[in-house]
Amino acid sequence: MSWKLKFLKKSVWVFHVNTGACNNCDIEVVDLLTPKFDVERFGIKLVGSPRHADALLVTGVVTKQALPRLIEVYRQTPKPCVVFAIGACACGTGIFQRGYHVAGPVDKVIKEEDPNAIIAYVPGCPPKPEAMISGVVKALSVL
Amino acid sequence: MEVMNNIFWILIFPGFLFTVAVGLVVSWVVRKVTALVQWRVGPPVLQPLYDILKLTGKEILIPQQANRTVFIFAPIVGMAGVLLLSTMLWHITIWQSQYVGDVIVAIYLMVLPSLALILGSSASASPHAALGTSREMKLVMSYELPLVLALIVVIIKSGGELSLAALASQAPIASISGFLAFFVSLLCIQAKLGFVPFDIAESETEIASGVLIEYSGVLLAIWKIMQAMMLVALPLFLVMVFLGGFGTTGASFAGGIGKYLLVVVLIILIKNTNPRVRIDQAMKFFWVFCGLALAIAVVLAMLGNTYDISWL
Repeated sequence: MSWKLKFLKKSVWVFHVNTGACNNCDIEVVDLLTPKFDVERFGIKLVGSPRHADALLVTGVVTKQALPRLIEVYRQTPKPCVVFAIGACACGTGIFQRGYHVAGPVDKVIKEEDPNAIIAYVPGCPPKPEAMISGVVKALSVL
Repeated sequence: MEVMNNIFWILIFPGFLFTVAVGLVVSWVVRKVTALVQWRVGPPVLQPLYDILKLTGKEILIPQQANRTVFIFAPIVGMAGVLLLSTMLWHITIWQSQYVGDVIVAIYLMVLPSLALILGSSASASPHAALGTSREMKLVMSYELPLVLALIVVIIKSGGELSLAALASQAPIASISGFLAFFVSLLCIQAKLGFVPFDIAESETEIASGVLIEYSGVLLAIWKIMQAMMLVALPLFLVMVFLGGFGTTGASFAGGIGKYLLVVVLIILIKNTNPRVRIDQAMKFFWVFCGLALAIAVVLAMLGNTYDISWL
């Protein structure tokens, strides 16, 4: 397991899952690829298919409609993989806590599917790109 | 002894180890130059290697409805084709060896990766992959004709030579028809490598990396290695056929490496200054424009041969 994670840290391919975000976090995620932040320096790359991904960036509170899709995407991602809950909604449902459409925060939903899932949190509404980079680096350093 | 030599050639020196090492470095160069063009810093040198090592440690997922045998063996077949091509080209470059009709063998080996990609993706039972497959098939059909025509121009210029060693001793780029043929085959190579503007089959933003969508783990790593090896073999093929090859002396060998880098840089610059085209635009481009240009080039080359005018 250890050498797999060692190289996983050096090259994290990211798949972006929107489970009902207001698009603010999404814009900040795309910011990471721009010349100012350039996460390709750390080997981080945005990919188009969950099968290529090592990390799922989940933005938004998990709505009841998005729930089966999120679980399906998680199951389609080859393990080992890391789930990042990006933003206040994904970390703990935020202002939608008692909404009629909410299935739960990302960690709870994923843990129900796979109790051993690796989950990292980047709070903020929306989190700054700097905060996301720092969150990813901290999460990868304790893996 | 003969067998040992062959195994050494295929597995170590001009073959697998050498090609993969050079290919990973060149694919880093591609990513770094792309980053610099976009005013970014870009990945570290070992990044392609880390990607491959990481992918080998991942789980392999195979779709339920996929044809498992074809799905698993397609990347291996594709890589074997590129491996043979690269070994053959380097062997001819370094030891000046000759085979019977080796240009034609090279054309066949160059089709193998695309064919493997078509087989593998159509075996994966995914609608996105099916779209990618159909695009890849149309792309192969459109660029093969101009590529073969371009090689015919070179063969006419050389007076009917089919051996790569003989073709590598002349530089048809110094003539009008040779230049046209070189330019068109550079674009064909671009399409073979799956680079922008011809990355239609793999377009990440519309069909989620199309042909490769269902691949994961080691199988994806093999595709990535294959693409890195193609970055070694295909520009080398262009250098040998159009730019006069590597020569035998030390100085001309260094010049050969310079020519190889020139072709790679041209490919990267085309990649970075063009948007992705649609498949119908690509077909029209290759058949109408490139086909027409090469028809003219073939006529010019034949005239030049008949009347002994070397610059035509």
